[in-house]
Amino acid sequence: MVETKVLIKNKVGLHARPASLFVQTASKFKSAITAIHGERKANAKSILSVLTLGADQGAELILQAEGEDAEEAVQALVNLIESNFGEAE
Amino acid sequence: MKTIRGIGASPGIAIGPAYRFQRLDLHVDSHSVHNVDAEFARFYQALEIAEGQLRLVYEKARREAGAEQAAIFEAQLEMLRDPELLGETQAAIRDQRLNAEAAWWSTVERFAAILEEMESEYFRARAADIRDVGRRVLRILKGITEEPVQLTEPVVVLAQDLSPSDTVGLDKSLVLGFCTAGGGETSHTAILARSLGLPAVVAAGPQVLQVSSGTQVIVDGVEGLLIVEPDEQARTIFLQRREALTRLREQAFAHCKEPAITLDGHKVEVVANIGNVQGAFTAWEHGAEGVGLLRTEFLYLERSTLPDEEEQFQAYHAILEVFGQQPVVLRTLDIGGDKELAYMELPKEENPFLGVRGIRLCLAHPELFYPQIRAALRAGVGYNLKLMFPMIATLDEVRAAKRIVEVCREELRRDGKPVADNIEIGIMVEVPSAAVMAEHFAREVDFFSIGTNDLTQYTLAADRANAQLADLISAFNPAVLRLIDQVIRAAHQYGKWVGLCGELAGEPLGIPILLGLGLDEFSMNPSAIPLAKQIIRSLSLAQCRELAQEVLSLESAQAVKERVRERLPLLTLS
Repeated sequence: MVETKVLIKNKVGLHARPASLFVQTASKFKSAITAIHGERKANAKSILSVLTLGADQGAELILQAEGEDAEEAVQALVNLIESNFGEAE
Repeated sequence: MKTIRGIGASPGIAIGPAYRFQRLDLHVDSHSVHNVDAEFARFYQALEIAEGQLRLVYEKARREAGAEQAAIFEAQLEMLRDPELLGETQAAIRDQRLNAEAAWWSTVERFAAILEEMESEYFRARAADIRDVGRRVLRILKGITEEPVQLTEPVVVLAQDLSPSDTVGLDKSLVLGFCTAGGGETSHTAILARSLGLPAVVAAGPQVLQVSSGTQVIVDGVEGLLIVEPDEQARTIFLQRREALTRLREQAFAHCKEPAITLDGHKVEVVANIGNVQGAFTAWEHGAEGVGLLRTEFLYLERSTLPDEEEQFQAYHAILEVFGQQPVVLRTLDIGGDKELAYMELPKEENPFLGVRGIRLCLAHPELFYPQIRAALRAGVGYNLKLMFPMIATLDEVRAAKRIVEVCREELRRDGKPVADNIEIGIMVEVPSAAVMAEHFAREVDFFSIGTNDLTQYTLAADRANAQLADLISAFNPAVLRLIDQVIRAAHQYGKWVGLCGELAGEPLGIPILLGLGLDEFSMNPSAIPLAKQIIRSLSLAQCRELAQEVLSLESAQAVKERVRERLPLLTLS
């Protein structure tokens, strides 16, 4: 299993368009991907599940992936988050 | 014949058979199933059908209602494929042997409840979306064909209230008008009706729902009346009024580019309230002699980043170009805690309309205010741009805002950029304190623009959006009219001009009063301009002055309206 921590820095947090991009990216991979924020766990391929994480700006997210493309999946999601979902700051 | 009273939300008169719009009450019964596989199959089939339907609705919305409305259905499609939503439903069917309807609906409700708890408008809208999707799948499972509202003849639509999902299926060419039991002047039905130019009455109460389809009704969007089974006499009167109204409108439009001069030669300016460049074109076509209120919120809402100076400069420039040397009054950003800006933390407030909004917010956030002022000063070069600050309550606020304009002007000069000189600076008069202290403010500014919508809600301490208080919210209330009178007197004493950009400026019954009080500039929605000009041309200033003094001494909004009607009977036409 691949696991990594990442900080949500964009202003909107993991809601609205960023949440949608996050789910679309996760859905491209075969691995099972879980996003954890504090006590809450979410299926990274489910928009409803990701929304209920309540991951605002400044939230620390743990990403876990299990499967053949786990490494690439986590990397892709980290890249997306670190690019601030393409938002200009 | 029965008359039901509501609020006129979109003017005009509709006469025809009623169509009672009804959402199905979908009862979910729960029972256990033996054949789990068959239940799965039923569920998947329902999902597939729902997806097909949503795609069609999405396409239709995109063609007819634009990208924003269509996005609602796109988000719903995304939810329909959500692995957690589907996974939980499957688990409930498999493990608890629940029927698909009960398994699906309990999962939908669970997610909707979580989202609803999250306390922001964004999440509440998602909760409504998931329930909308939920109902669609449920209907299919229960074998209820979606009742695509098949209108076969022109009808007046009666409903509790209408949502975007409800109206997307309506053939608008067969809708004569709307009347809803609930809602308010800002509900979806009201906004849709105004954009389609159809008459509408809202907040008319549960009696509306007792009218069955096919019953002859009349919707009077001016007076806010629904007349059920009109007798021959009423029918004739309303038919005549409708015809006269149509004639008047056609005539008004034909003369809309001509100035608004009273019978005794007094000229006033008739300008538009707009919120983007499309609005500028519409305003120009309808005979606007400039812009009395340019709302700049369009640049800030529904986006993930703050608009920079350059983007704002381009946007303002595009609008100024439409009007050339005609005046354009730009109102600086007017938002508060009721709006969500993705790129800014606006703390939730108990009373956002009494909170940090308008100029209060801008003075507290220079990163918002400076780029806007700089962009405006640059865009104004060569045009007739005026700046106006919203929500001004104290003199210190105006002075602070004016200082910032000076700082921006200096900075731009230092950077060698061309800057508009001699820009007039004014304030919105919408907080009662500004109206009461108008004499002091008149020395600080070049003009006032009275925002009667907010001035009314603040004066009467009644929330504009609260349908239960609709009776209380009237700019015709003599308390509001007296404030307007006071503001105009104070301004004229110091040689300053006064505009009015609330709905009152375009109201046929309001125009003679405002003329009589000495208003210099009438600013209104573009579609109201031709008729307003025509009305002004039919009046004499002397007569309006007398009328205005009379109504100031009356006791209630109702009495004011009645007095205007008595004196100027022709105005009830509109």
